[in-house]
Amino acid sequence: MDDLLQEFIAETRETLEALSGEIVAWESSPDDKSRLDAIFRFVHTVKGSCGFLDLPRLGRLSHAAEDVLAQARSGDRFPDRAMVNAVLAIVDRIGELVEAIDSGTSLDDSGDELLIAALAEGAEEVAQTNVPGIQRAASRSVRLNVELLDRMMSGMSDMVLARNELARRLRQGEIEPAVEAALERLSLTVGEMRDTVTRTRMQKIDALFSALPRMVRDTAAGLGKSVSLHIDGADVELDREMIEVMRDPLVHIIRNAIDHGIEGPADRRQAGKRENGRLIVSARQSGNQIIIEIADDGRGIDVERLIKKLSASGARNERDLRALSERQKLDLVFEPGLSSKDEVTDVSGRGVGMDVVKSSIEQIGGRVELDNAPGKGLRLAIHVPLTLSIISAIVVGVGKQRFAVSRQAIEEIVTERGEAIRIDTIGGAQVVTVRDRRLPMIDLGSLLGVPRTQSETGQMLAIVSVSDGSYALSVDTVLDNEELVIKPASPAVMSTGLYAGQTLPDSGLPMLLLDCAGMAHAAHLDFTRNAGHAYDEVEAEEVAKGLPALLFCDLDGVRRAVPLGIVDRVEQVDAQSVRHTGGQLRIAIEGRILPLVAQGDYDETKRLNVLRLKDGESEVAYVIDEAMDIVVLPEEIVPARAPGPVAGVVLLDGEQVELLDAYWVFGEYAGNEGEGAQPICLLADDADGWMTSFVRPLLEGAGYRVVTELDTGERASVVLSGDAEVEAAKGLAAPLVRLRRRKTAKPGDDSIYRYDRAGLLSALEDRIAANGGR
Amino acid sequence: MAHLYLIAQIAGRAVAIDSNQVESVVDIGEVTAIPRAAEHVRGLAALRSRVVTVVDTQSALGLESSGEARRAVITHIDGHHYALLVDALEDVAPFDLLPLAGGFALDSAWRNAGRGIVERDGEPILAIDLASLVPGHAVAAE
Repeated sequence: MDDLLQEFIAETRETLEALSGEIVAWESSPDDKSRLDAIFRFVHTVKGSCGFLDLPRLGRLSHAAEDVLAQARSGDRFPDRAMVNAVLAIVDRIGELVEAIDSGTSLDDSGDELLIAALAEGAEEVAQTNVPGIQRAASRSVRLNVELLDRMMSGMSDMVLARNELARRLRQGEIEPAVEAALERLSLTVGEMRDTVTRTRMQKIDALFSALPRMVRDTAAGLGKSVSLHIDGADVELDREMIEVMRDPLVHIIRNAIDHGIEGPADRRQAGKRENGRLIVSARQSGNQIIIEIADDGRGIDVERLIKKLSASGARNERDLRALSERQKLDLVFEPGLSSKDEVTDVSGRGVGMDVVKSSIEQIGGRVELDNAPGKGLRLAIHVPLTLSIISAIVVGVGKQRFAVSRQAIEEIVTERGEAIRIDTIGGAQVVTVRDRRLPMIDLGSLLGVPRTQSETGQMLAIVSVSDGSYALSVDTVLDNEELVIKPASPAVMSTGLYAGQTLPDSGLPMLLLDCAGMAHAAHLDFTRNAGHAYDEVEAEEVAKGLPALLFCDLDGVRRAVPLGIVDRVEQVDAQSVRHTGGQLRIAIEGRILPLVAQGDYDETKRLNVLRLKDGESEVAYVIDEAMDIVVLPEEIVPARAPGPVAGVVLLDGEQVELLDAYWVFGEYAGNEGEGAQPICLLADDADGWMTSFVRPLLEGAGYRVVTELDTGERASVVLSGDAEVEAAKGLAAPLVRLRRRKTAKPGDDSIYRYDRAGLLSALEDRIAANGGR
Repeated sequence: MAHLYLIAQIAGRAVAIDSNQVESVVDIGEVTAIPRAAEHVRGLAALRSRVVTVVDTQSALGLESSGEARRAVITHIDGHHYALLVDALEDVAPFDLLPLAGGFALDSAWRNAGRGIVERDGEPILAIDLASLVPGHAVAAE
């Protein structure tokens, strides 16, 4: 409220200064209409502001003056000398009061009634009194012309460019450390200055919200409704210009909400709601956008009635409308020439529809989202970019040209050759299927008539969302992500309807900002008409060529890929469950112990991202830093020089990515916990339990299932027995491996020394293989 | 009353430009093309931190574009800066603006741009209004 008061004081003071000339002129010719209007506007504004600033004295004075002036304007009363004097005395008093408020001194109010009485027709002329000058309080804020700020901004970008040029020049030759340091400092200061200068253009959104309580009260009262308003997030900062642009749409939306949304008290009672309607206006910053939400608990949007109204007006075919998806039906609210209420009221029925609201918000690069709960209320979210002047943009290239696209509009960027992307031509139009979404495609090159370059990696597709829907923008390259100072372009440029502004990036070469909605329009994309059929269907996905793989960032910071087929899932586990046991890292997961692979250090206090790799039988856990994307591996893989965790290197989007060698990982780490079709090793004649205690762990580690007795129906793959020829081993249709106690074998003896680990394992394997399988 | 005029060459013809309309005269560097813009909008160029819209004056006058002109007259119209390409600059001198006498059959584009005549050593030179050559303003300028 203090800010508001300050603003009111500054504004009134300013107007008074500007008005002083008018007042003198009006004195000399009281019937001059334009002077009269100027003074009327002034007292009218003061009266309006006093209402919600709670300044009753000023309000009374200005109200009285306004009444008299209104009479003079309508011709009911001739502005004679007495009246002029009386009005001027009030204007003077307003000025004095404002100064008094500012300096915090009090002003005797005894004269007020006299001044007001003097306004009456035939009253005595007021004597011009001179109140001793009141000390003007020193103001802590200054009012600046926006033009001055703009000049500051452009001076700032001049400075940035000069710095870049200087840095470039200096780096061409040997650079002294002292110079380098000075340049560094300059860069830092320039960067900070740029931030500060940008901030000067920002204003708290409170400037937009402060007038709402009064407006809501008046509007609701005029309609015989009662509405309680709740405002949240008034501290959020927004570009000053944008606040001005937002003012009318916001007022319109709120009036709509009160007029059309919130029901009358009787209806609300009937619907089981509190008589008081609730209206919540909130603002918050999310990333580089500001979201302003207006939520009411009224009846919401009656989609049925929208359709009826539109079809009745003959604008649209009812059958077409019914075929739309729910979301699109809701968006019909933005159709031009639609008033969702049957009768026109003086509050919102002024021929200004939601279409105007939407277009003015889109003009500043924003969009409107609706969340409708029929019978319960409507939530309307306005997304606007944080500042009009500086936006985060993605630079795309087509042919030899570069363009900026607002980052906010881009949902994602995929390569044309990516997995789950297919491009079809349907009746002359190109359509992209990205995963289960089908989107219209705009080829930027052909839209702009710029010859494309043939690139090896294929086109990039930027999925762009505009408030009607999304489309894929096909470009040659995606170059950069930059903060750009966007300025309006000349009419010659804007008339193309394709550009939203121009910018001068650090390269010193001007660049155009593409207007995403404008491009959709120029390409004749009509989301409302065909969308219902095109989008909501989910089509069976085409099997992509190439091996899909999970791209992840490994613990050692290297980007690696692993074939998707062996990734069972990615999950988060507590680092506490990882222990170095039995010679390697293991992790306890779901009551089991899995070998764990970690190619780097991990933070033991945090939760770990773990890939669970499965080759069908065994499972290995692999700690990663984070999973990044699902990609399709190109066919060309450059093999690694030596066997190890890396099978080879592939090129993904021009970047080298190591391909994890699943074969090596499983070979190295897996094996001791397999299940299912493991070969069964029968330990025959293990009377002394040596084999169970000594050999069994070894065998299990090698992937055998070790039993001492066969269950019915089970068949041993191999039988292991002690020194002696054992009866039990006979009659089993399984190869036999005998172990001997002595290190040296007698001639003709095919038994294995029982501590020859390698020999034993290879003998088992050989016998099984010789026997034709497991 | 004599007024300062800039005498420039456009399409081999001398024209006079009111010096009030001229902010500066520069040589244009690299130009960023504006796809889909009007034909005589050459593109955007940077003048220090300012971005100007470069207009091919010759084709704006309905003539073949030479495409070689680098020198430009910078003018400021409705808050935007434009660079109008000219072949050469000859002179800056005060002249008296004489009305376009009837009977001159100027080409349509020249007629739109023409504001009068100045006389240099007996040679009549057409005085043109730069704003009329800038697309988007051409209509507004009468």
